[in-house]
Amino acid sequence: METTAHIDFIAAAYAAAVIVVGVLIAWVTLDYRAQGRRIAELELQGFTRRSDTTSARPTSPAKEAAREQTAEQSAEQA
Amino acid sequence: MTPLTALLVRDMRIAMRVGGSALMGVLFFLVVVTLIPFAIGPDLALLKRIGPAILWLAALLASLLALDRLFAGDHDDGSLDLILMGRAPLELVVATKGLAHWLTTGLPLVICAPLIGLLLNLDLPEDGALMLTLFVGTPALTFIGLVGAAIAVTLRRGGLLLAVIVLPLTVPILIFGVAAANAAVTGPTAFGTPFTILCALTLASLVVGPFAAAAALRQEME
Amino acid sequence: MALIDLANPSRFLKFANGAIPWLAGVTVLVFAFALEQAMIAPDDYQQGATVKIMYLHVPSAWLGMLCWGLMSVAALGTLVWRHPLADVTAKAAAPIGAAFTLLCLVTGSLWGRPEWGTYWVWDARLTSELVLFLLYLAVIALWNTVEDPSRAARAVAVLTLVGAIDLPIIKFSVDWWNTLHQGASVFRVGGSTIYPTILLPLFIMAGAFTLLFITLVLAAMRNEILRRRVRTLQLMQASAAN
Repeated sequence: METTAHIDFIAAAYAAAVIVVGVLIAWVTLDYRAQGRRIAELELQGFTRRSDTTSARPTSPAKEAAREQTAEQSAEQA
Repeated sequence: MTPLTALLVRDMRIAMRVGGSALMGVLFFLVVVTLIPFAIGPDLALLKRIGPAILWLAALLASLLALDRLFAGDHDDGSLDLILMGRAPLELVVATKGLAHWLTTGLPLVICAPLIGLLLNLDLPEDGALMLTLFVGTPALTFIGLVGAAIAVTLRRGGLLLAVIVLPLTVPILIFGVAAANAAVTGPTAFGTPFTILCALTLASLVVGPFAAAAALRQEME
Repeated sequence: MALIDLANPSRFLKFANGAIPWLAGVTVLVFAFALEQAMIAPDDYQQGATVKIMYLHVPSAWLGMLCWGLMSVAALGTLVWRHPLADVTAKAAAPIGAAFTLLCLVTGSLWGRPEWGTYWVWDARLTSELVLFLLYLAVIALWNTVEDPSRAARAVAVLTLVGAIDLPIIKFSVDWWNTLHQGASVFRVGGSTIYPTILLPLFIMAGAFTLLFITLVLAAMRNEILRRRVRTLQLMQASAAN
C-alpha cells in the first residue's frame, strides 16, 4: 500500500456504498415497522382479513357484508 | 392555520401523493440533459461550453410540465370556485399556489442541478454558480407561468396553449440566467452584472405574476 | 417447499419471516470475508490503489442488470401466468435495482476522476448504465402514478419487457455512438488480463452483493404484501363506514 495517492476517492466510493446500502436497509426496516403498526391499528378497530377470522369477533351485519365484498377484492388483487 | 398555509400544505400534498407531479420535473430534466450529448457528441470541451445553456433550457421546459394542472385541477373539482369566494385576497392565494408549485417542481430541480452539471463536465465552483442562478431564476419561471396557467384554465387543450403563451415571456430570464452562468463558467464578463439583473427580473415577476394571474382568473370565472 | 406453495401470500410471509434473519446473517459474514479479501488484494500496477473501487463498481453494475432481469421474469409472470407474487416482486425490486445502478454510477464517476481527470466522461459503458438508471426511474414513477396496484403492475410489466428488449439495442447504439466520436478523452487501460489475485476477491464481493440483494428484495416483498393488506383493511374500513 505505498501508492495511496487517491485514497480520498476510494474512501468516498466506499462511503457512498455504505450510504446507499444503509438507506436501503433503513427503508426496508422502517417500512416493515410502519406497515405492521398500521395493520395492528386496523385490527384493533375490528377489521380483520376473512382468512384470519378464526377468533370470531362480534360484528354488525352491514360490516359483515362489507367484509365479504372487500375479501373478494383482495382475492383478486393478491 | 391560516387559510394560506392550509392552501400551501394542501397543494404540496396533492403534488406529492400518488399520481402527483412532484419529482416528475426532475426526472424530465435529467432525461433531457442526458439526451443532448447523444445528439451533439461526447466532446467534453463543447459540453462544458454549452452546459449552462442546456441546463437552463431543460429547467425551463421542466418547470412548464405540471403548470397546466395548477388551476385546471382545482377548476375541474370545483375547489377553484370556493377559493375565489373565500375571504383571502386572490393575489395572495395565487402567489401561495405558485410557491407550492415552485417548492415541489423548481426546488428539487435546483438541488439536482449540480449533480447533473457533473455530467456536462462542469466543475464544482461552476456548478455552485449555476445552481445559484437556477435558484434565483426558477421562481420567476413559475410566477410567469402562473399567468399562463390562469389564462388557460377554462380552455380545453390548455397545456399546449400554455407553453405557447409562457415560453416567449421567459426570454429575458433565459438570457440573463444563461449569461450569469456562462460568466461563471467561461468568463470573460463579470458574474455580478447579469446576476443582479436576473434578481431584479425575478423580483418583478414575483409581484406582477400573481396580480396578472388573479386578474385573469376573475375574468375567466365570471 | 415447492415454488408453487409460495404463491400463497400468507405462506410466502411465513417463509420470508423465517428466511430473512438467516439470509441477513450469512450476508454479513460473506461481506466481512469479501471486504477482507478485497483489502489484502494487490494493487493494479497501472491504476494503483484506485482498483479497490472496482470491488464496488462491478458488483453493483452486475446487480443493476440482474435486477432488470428479475423484473422482466416477474413481468412475464404478471402478464402470462398472473402469478400473485410476480407484481409484488417487480415492485419490490425496482427501487433496489435503481439504488445499485446509482451506486454503480457514483463509484464509476469517483473512479473516473483520478483515471480520466473528470468526474464524468460519456464512456459507452457508463452511458448505458445512465440510461438504465433513467429507465429504473421511469418504472418507479409509473408505479407511483397509478393508484390501483394490479393495474399499475400490468402497465409496469409492459414497460419492463419493452425495456428488456430495448436495453441491448441501447447498449449497441451507445457503443456505436461512442466509437463514432473518437474525440472524447476516454482512455481505457483495458486489454490487460485481470490477474486471479484481483479476480477472486471480485467474485466473492459479487457473491456478497447478490446475497444482500436477495435479502433486500425478500424484505421489500414482505413489506409490499403487508402494504396491500393495509390497503384491503382500509377499503373495508371505508365501506363499513358508509
